[in-house]
Amino acid sequence: MPVNSFFNSGDMIRFLPEIILTVMGTALMVLDPLLHRRSSSVFGTLSLLTLVAALFGSVLAYGQAGPAFGGLMIVDGFATFFRVLVIVVGILTILPSYGFLSRQDAETSEYHALLLFSIAGQCVMVSANELIMIFIGLEISSIASYILAGYLRDDKRANEAALKYFLLGSFATGFFLYGVALIYGATGSVNLAMVRAAVTSVNAPSPVFIGVAAALMFVGLAFKVSASPFQIWAPDVYQGAPTPVTGFLSAGPKAAAFAIFLRIFMTALEPLGNSWVPLVWISALLSMTIGNFAALLQSNVKRLLAYSSIAHAGYVMVALTARSEIGTAAAMFYLAAYAFMNIGAFAVVSHLSGKGERYQRVDDFAGLAQKQPVTAAMLTIFLLSLIGVPLTGGFFGKFYIFKAALESHLVWLTVLGLLNSAVAAYYYLRILVMMYMQEPSEAATNAEPLSPGLSAALILPALGTLFLGIFPSWVLDFAGKSSNLVK
Amino acid sequence: MNLLGVVLFLPLIGFLIALMIPRSSEHGSRIWALVISLVIFVISIGLPLSFDRGATGEQFTIDVPWIASPTIHFYIAADGVSMWLVLLSTFLTPICVLISWNYIKHRVKEFFAFLLLLEFGLVGVFIAQDLFLFYVFWEVSLIPMYFLVGIWGHDRRIYAAVKFFLYTFAGSVLMLAAIIYLYNRAGTFSYPAILQMLANGRLTFAPTEQMFLFLAFFVSFAIKVPLFPLHTWLPDAHVEAPSAGSVMLASVMLKMGTFGILHYCLPLFPSASRTCAPWIVVLAIIGIVYGALVSLVQPNMKKLVAYSSVSHLGFVVLGIFSFTQLGLDGAVYQMLNHGISTGALFVLVGLLYERKHSLAIADYGGVATVAPWLSTVFLITTLASIGLPTLNNFIGEFMVLQGTAIANFTWTIFASLGVILSACYMLWLYQRVFYGEVKEDVRRHIPDLNFREWALIVPLIAMMVWMGVYPQSFLPPVSKATARVLDQAQVNVPFRVELPRKVEVARAR
Repeated sequence: MPVNSFFNSGDMIRFLPEIILTVMGTALMVLDPLLHRRSSSVFGTLSLLTLVAALFGSVLAYGQAGPAFGGLMIVDGFATFFRVLVIVVGILTILPSYGFLSRQDAETSEYHALLLFSIAGQCVMVSANELIMIFIGLEISSIASYILAGYLRDDKRANEAALKYFLLGSFATGFFLYGVALIYGATGSVNLAMVRAAVTSVNAPSPVFIGVAAALMFVGLAFKVSASPFQIWAPDVYQGAPTPVTGFLSAGPKAAAFAIFLRIFMTALEPLGNSWVPLVWISALLSMTIGNFAALLQSNVKRLLAYSSIAHAGYVMVALTARSEIGTAAAMFYLAAYAFMNIGAFAVVSHLSGKGERYQRVDDFAGLAQKQPVTAAMLTIFLLSLIGVPLTGGFFGKFYIFKAALESHLVWLTVLGLLNSAVAAYYYLRILVMMYMQEPSEAATNAEPLSPGLSAALILPALGTLFLGIFPSWVLDFAGKSSNLVK
Repeated sequence: MNLLGVVLFLPLIGFLIALMIPRSSEHGSRIWALVISLVIFVISIGLPLSFDRGATGEQFTIDVPWIASPTIHFYIAADGVSMWLVLLSTFLTPICVLISWNYIKHRVKEFFAFLLLLEFGLVGVFIAQDLFLFYVFWEVSLIPMYFLVGIWGHDRRIYAAVKFFLYTFAGSVLMLAAIIYLYNRAGTFSYPAILQMLANGRLTFAPTEQMFLFLAFFVSFAIKVPLFPLHTWLPDAHVEAPSAGSVMLASVMLKMGTFGILHYCLPLFPSASRTCAPWIVVLAIIGIVYGALVSLVQPNMKKLVAYSSVSHLGFVVLGIFSFTQLGLDGAVYQMLNHGISTGALFVLVGLLYERKHSLAIADYGGVATVAPWLSTVFLITTLASIGLPTLNNFIGEFMVLQGTAIANFTWTIFASLGVILSACYMLWLYQRVFYGEVKEDVRRHIPDLNFREWALIVPLIAMMVWMGVYPQSFLPPVSKATARVLDQAQVNVPFRVELPRKVEVARAR
């Protein structure tokens, strides 16, 4: 194959976001010694600009939609949707990080560089079209995330979180890689379209073989999205990681992992649906139930949100169970809505937690509405969206997911899922009760006034949540158009 | 944008402006809430004035596409029933602002903002013609009430608020499932379009399918009504809520449930409704008698009124499931009556509480001596509530009982017990609170009505008399709407596919 057909300018544009992110990530690390220490706001601003540039890069890349590098990658609506999503998540992570890092005396360029690398990895994941590329993206994203989870290295909990995340995460990637190897052995290809062709051809490999491969990949991916029964790591990691990073982990890597989940299971393995749908069905129900019921018992907000994020992974699994294009579109919409509301909620937690992240209990939210009405109002929007109250993105996300599920005749899963969301209302209400119906606590009294960065980090996701809740068509149409994955 | 649109959106605009009033200007919040709610009420009077009483069907229609896929429209309209319920909401909101005038002392701005948001949600529930939009308003009305109870309520307010929210929310998620299911079957959320499809047989439900859908809707509504045995959230929420919250809850929010049953369950699932009717009627009668008996022994005034609501709402459900014109008209009329008279009772109990900071009946006695006017209006309200002829509740109860008698006389006998018992508990309450020896602290703490209180109680009394003396001002549009519901409730009985020709001939005659 001649070189110029492999590397042409079109491919470069399709790969533009990743290039921007990687180059700037590296540059930040080089710049660090050259600039004064303690000038993290410079790094923050630089990485914000980088992400904005990458956002434009993704849009440019979409203008050149199509496969790249001989089919290693594919830039389609689906990839662009998730690229934009993870980059926006990155922006919303950096905004509250300004104040957070200076509060913890931990201002360095590595934080921002790692964040950029992680996002670059996620961009690779969502636009990869073959299993090895997916694996590479997954590793880039994961390794950066492991370090970010332990970023506050003097904090015991952060160390525990990073170690747990790393060990269990490596196991999970190992499982995934086993699955990839088996697929390659069975079909002779790692390209998703070719795998699909091999699976559906007349002399298809033994379904047991493919089934085992699918199951192994399912284990790896279920771990990454923290779906039951592979969710055990999530609460510890979410609690121990620095709060902005927790917000990031719960939105960005999760969305990207769901993207490859959807891409693999809705293209290459879609023909085997009858065998994997029951598996996903059970995982969806378990995730929702375990997540919601365990969250009822939590007193630490980060743990509570961790269990809630397990439950929300369950809702997205419901969309996957529907095994239809509508289900895919619903999952995409839900992940976008979820990213906004969850990262916003974590931004409030990081704002309130104070130096050394002392205030993390539900009780610490007491009286926030009296001390900082705007912060409380924003968190109210996020919580109502997490509950699934109309006119918020979370509601429409749930609505589309359960609509897709009902169209695929998953009546029981729908009923159980909706009842689950009624259970979930209880623990989100606890935070609302604290904020509005109790006298101010020490944490609320000591909370600093909102900095400009943090205000943006609260108002933007709140606007996003409301926008998705009042005018969902815009995003949903795009998701609907892109849900028809290339097979 | 027609009159109905204005009445719907003004509360929302009022809410947004109320949020912008500075926190320090508490009086500004009060005045703004009073002004805007009065303006809304005055505008909403235009609804019955310009309502075409001769026409059947919805009026004041606004139908704007909202979301392209799935097709959801912002589709509102009012029929004879929903128009009066909208008016009830707009009528009571200024009264709620007035009773909270001095009572709410902290976080004044938020209180009045939530009150306006509540009005927005309530008006919307009654006029939404798109099932999705209906669900949106159903939930939107839940949030402000949750805060009203939880922030400004009494001691156990948080327990009550959370219980209220969870009960309603758990019920409504099932309704959401049913709404989505309906959409997948019918391909539209538009309620009139779905009814049209049912009427011409393009959409039919298998018996079990219909039963499940009916139950999903009905349970959600029955929690709101509340129908025995789903009523346990109500005494908590009513007792703990501030007066304005109790009034809105009892007078308007409970009607969301009965309105839902009448407006959605009957026309959408006629055969399931008829199959379940005997069971539901039994529950309603249990509610009537049980609510009354529990009221009888309550030591707490607000709890007494709250349980009396369970009893009164039982009449409404009974009327609806009698499937007679009289019964349905009576049920709707009773919804409005209960809104006025129980609302007034909560207002008056609130006034007593404001004076003496106690809800216990035993703490009162001899109030009639020190506050004769307060006692007079309380007596009129009490008499209205127990169904004295020439006051409003008599008409409604009489029609319900008569309608029920046509359907099944045994039901009437049991339900009548409720009327008798209501006289017992209300008059006994009156006797204990207003007569007897004047206690010293009662003499010191209970002044008579002031101007503001007169201003808020007189309209309520006037409405009781008007609705009791000349129901013809209100009933014709109601009958038009209920007649249509009855007609729709017969459409696919037993099921459209097997509808015998004779039935249609018989009805035509």
